[in-house]
Amino acid sequence: MPDVPEKIRCDACPVMCYIDDGKAGACDRYANSGGSLIRVDPLTVVANAQAQGTPLVPFLGKAADWDGELVRPGDEFVTAVGAGTTYPDYKPAPFIVSSHVDGVDMVTVVTEGIYSYCGVKVKIDTDRHLGPERAVVRCDGEAIGHVTTGEYGSQMLSLGGVNHLTGGSKREGRVTCQALLDLCNGKAVEMAIDDGSTVVIQAGMPPVVNGQREELMRVGCGSAAIGMFAKQWYDLVDEVVVVDDHITGVLSEHQAGKVLGARPTGISIRGRRSTPGRYFQVAAPGTGWGGTDVTDPLSILGDFKAKQAWPGLTMMMVSTTGEHAAYYILDDDLKPVLHDLTPALVASVERVRENCEPALCSVLFMGGAGGSLRAGVTENPVRLTKSVKDTLTYVSAGGAPVYVWPGGGITYMVDVTRMPDNSFGYVPTPALVAPIEFTMKLDDYAALGGHMDHVVPIDDVVGPEGQRHDQRQLARRADNPWPLDRSHFKWNPGA
Amino acid sequence: MAGPHAALLPAAPGQAPRLHLQHGPIDLVISADGAESEVAAAYRQAGDRFATVLAELVEELPALRRAAAAGDPPLAGATARRMQAAVRPHAAHGFVTPMAAVAGAVADEVLAAMARGRDLRRAQINNGGDIALHLAPGQSYTVGLVPRPDRPALAGAMRVAAGEGIGGVATSGRHGRSLSLGVADAVTVLAADAAAADAAATLIANAVDPGDHPAVRRLPARTVDPDSDLGDRPVVVAVGRLSDGDVAAALAAGLARAEDMARRGLIAGAALCLDGRLRATGAAAPRLAPPPQHRNVHGGTVHA
Repeated sequence: MPDVPEKIRCDACPVMCYIDDGKAGACDRYANSGGSLIRVDPLTVVANAQAQGTPLVPFLGKAADWDGELVRPGDEFVTAVGAGTTYPDYKPAPFIVSSHVDGVDMVTVVTEGIYSYCGVKVKIDTDRHLGPERAVVRCDGEAIGHVTTGEYGSQMLSLGGVNHLTGGSKREGRVTCQALLDLCNGKAVEMAIDDGSTVVIQAGMPPVVNGQREELMRVGCGSAAIGMFAKQWYDLVDEVVVVDDHITGVLSEHQAGKVLGARPTGISIRGRRSTPGRYFQVAAPGTGWGGTDVTDPLSILGDFKAKQAWPGLTMMMVSTTGEHAAYYILDDDLKPVLHDLTPALVASVERVRENCEPALCSVLFMGGAGGSLRAGVTENPVRLTKSVKDTLTYVSAGGAPVYVWPGGGITYMVDVTRMPDNSFGYVPTPALVAPIEFTMKLDDYAALGGHMDHVVPIDDVVGPEGQRHDQRQLARRADNPWPLDRSHFKWNPGA
Repeated sequence: MAGPHAALLPAAPGQAPRLHLQHGPIDLVISADGAESEVAAAYRQAGDRFATVLAELVEELPALRRAAAAGDPPLAGATARRMQAAVRPHAAHGFVTPMAAVAGAVADEVLAAMARGRDLRRAQINNGGDIALHLAPGQSYTVGLVPRPDRPALAGAMRVAAGEGIGGVATSGRHGRSLSLGVADAVTVLAADAAAADAAATLIANAVDPGDHPAVRRLPARTVDPDSDLGDRPVVVAVGRLSDGDVAAALAAGLARAEDMARRGLIAGAALCLDGRLRATGAAAPRLAPPPQHRNVHGGTVHA
């Protein structure tokens, strides 16, 4: 510890007071006690905690299925949620916690990073047309990102990033920061896509497109649907058209139908034929049948060819989610006439629906643990990067696993739904604040130039002395790997 | 970093719940009387406006902490402009920064957003003792006067009615959160809005000063609060025993400042408290009735 406690910068609110030792900030809620930022309004903390139903206990994870045994060393993990930061990280991270796990001394460096370089990648499970690729995505009129690639049954958005956070106008930055913060904290955010739809996105929830809640992902493209259900349909109906914005499938022409011996029906589809029974661009993208703008499916058909078609020919048209379906019988002029679906066809449409997975929005936070953040971990920041790449250091975000991108820096992605509630904050830069933990062997930490004189045993952090911190105890999420598990590390003999 | 926080405070029996908005150093306690749906809509509007108030202020903080001058270019934010307008008339009479009106200006700004298009009988936003009032015709509030904010007890009460041109009540002194250059325990000011009342209360409290006195200990503001807009100006950190004459002289100095402001139309009235003694001027003087028998803190009485 330094002899003369220094001023600290409080990051509890946008005012960001510099607080001298023994003094409180402008709010009288946070104070500097010997160089540590402490809360001085415990009553408010208690009241807040009670209001949120959060018990006032350490903010650590313990196995959810704890069987009553004494807590073993290594069963506790301090996450960086609420740990605070030492902005701009010229000082050691707020908590550098050591623990003894199965005979190995481990250390976890816990900090809340301030990410000027960050954004979210959103995967929206929908066939509906959200907007053209590269279209601008807006919140409150401000550009916060863009539409990127279409993927399997879904549309990707790329939101935030440094160009929107700090590269545009002040308001653009503020609106972007707020949208990212809300998305990452699991709140619903409405956004409008240029020349496209209005969509409400919330991590882990179905998307709402133009006011309509999207319930199901499509079972596959139209061609895939023919392949999957050809055998069931072949006995029930002469022709099936699966309407899809990407590839519309036609049973009688499709390879799957041919194999079954399906008879040509003289059907003609308005679209660009790809391979037999597979058609691109049968209509414009939209929010109608199968992600097209079609409301009357017959509009994608030309006249039936008299040479092949016959009066009484039966045809089902169905969307890739089974949300739309119609049944037709050709009259004497070979014109399709709408009839009720037969019970067997109703059941087959139900089967399509049943095979569609629930449509969800996935929100992945992506941020770069850049130069200054790493300095809170080690005096030689690049060694931390190397240690991560060498799998000597395990990176987690609020205890959740992250994917670290190859290449330079520690740029990672994390599924925000696997992190504790309200893990994210912001600073007025504008930038997001997100928890990050680096876990490694104590001697590896020493080797990369870690702040060894700031390492404290976990019991000191979570024990009675540590209770001056506003602590929250969470059960471990079963689907998150335990950050202290040795299988993460190169030195694990089993690895 | 924590964002703005909003919560409904539990209501006293028969009373509408109050709204608590907090972000960083700003704490607003809001109450409104009117149809339930109107109050609910007003609370939503207040919350919506509050969301960005602190961020907007922080953006202009350096300018807000600088001494105001008559010819200053206009600030950008709506709240900042209220602060600037409130302190500008005082700029020629000595050092003042827009921060002298921050609490009142925030209360005014949120009250304006909250009342816009709503049908409320009355509404008030209390920002740590600086209060913005909205009164429909025929309505009134009773404002309780607390001579020592650190020892809450009512010394008197003032009725403020619609149509009197009073939309703000603010209190300043040694026991609040802000630093004071004077020794006043509390100076409560009635003015057209809370920002004007806040700025005036701050400056009148600074003027309640017996001058160089061995019982009054002062320190440069910066040593008490490194971020203070008062810089190296000596703020009062402790007051020992003052003689009756000292108290009277200090109050007289403050009263002179208050009367000057009242003459210039900047305030409607002021009440000055020091060491258990009270002087009042303008609209405050005839209103200081004995406190109500039933001190209903949730009801019509608001504590300045």
